[in-house]
Amino acid sequence: MTDAEATRHGPGRILILVYGVFALSATARAGVQIATEFSEAPIAYALSAVAAVIYCAATFALARATKLSRQVATVAIVIELVGVVGIGAFSYAVPEDFPDATVWSHFGQGYGFVPLVLPVLGLLWLRRTA
Amino acid sequence: MFEPLTWTITGLALVAMVFAIVLAALDRRINWWLLGVLGVVEVGLLAQLVVGIVQLASTERDVSGVFFVGYLIGGLIVLPLGALWALAESSRWGAGALAFACFVIPVVELRMYEIWTV
Repeated sequence: MTDAEATRHGPGRILILVYGVFALSATARAGVQIATEFSEAPIAYALSAVAAVIYCAATFALARATKLSRQVATVAIVIELVGVVGIGAFSYAVPEDFPDATVWSHFGQGYGFVPLVLPVLGLLWLRRTA
Repeated sequence: MFEPLTWTITGLALVAMVFAIVLAALDRRINWWLLGVLGVVEVGLLAQLVVGIVQLASTERDVSGVFFVGYLIGGLIVLPLGALWALAESSRWGAGALAFACFVIPVVELRMYEIWTV
């Protein structure tokens, strides 16, 4: 086992599965929103799609567990953290642009605030296995 | 929505989750008993997919069909994926990961229940 491979073992096993479930649900959700009701809240739904892409990238990069993929994962997860904090704050400030909740609006409240905790755990795990 | 099926799936998934947590706590790998229980849950989810679509087609409720079917299908993917992911891990964390996969099922059931009853 190379050092980088440690990323997908141990506690990383749970972390990556949580990421996978979020990747799956965010992708499905964004897909439905954009296909059926995009004009209702284009900003929110475009951001939903961005979130879906980030979750997918983080999931695959963490699961791949190579030196390079760990860097990709780090970038993705930093974007994720900025996204959930930024959009969380923005959704409180300008609620009329967010009639329908995205994964990241209200700091991930609709998902038990897991979207807020997940990137922090992800970055801690990447640091731990560095 | 056929509620007995919802409750059975939810109950069995929670039992499997506790089972998986116990295995992780005892530093064991997942075993065939656990996978057997999950197999039963999966059969329940398959039945729910069929029953759900039939009921959706005949209901007069204003149910968001796309999301409802999305959860019906999404719920089917989680356990097989979680089981494969857990089997490929030689430490206790495999069982831990499978416990999380089990936890997703009641969440999916709750979401479907909310969508159906709104």
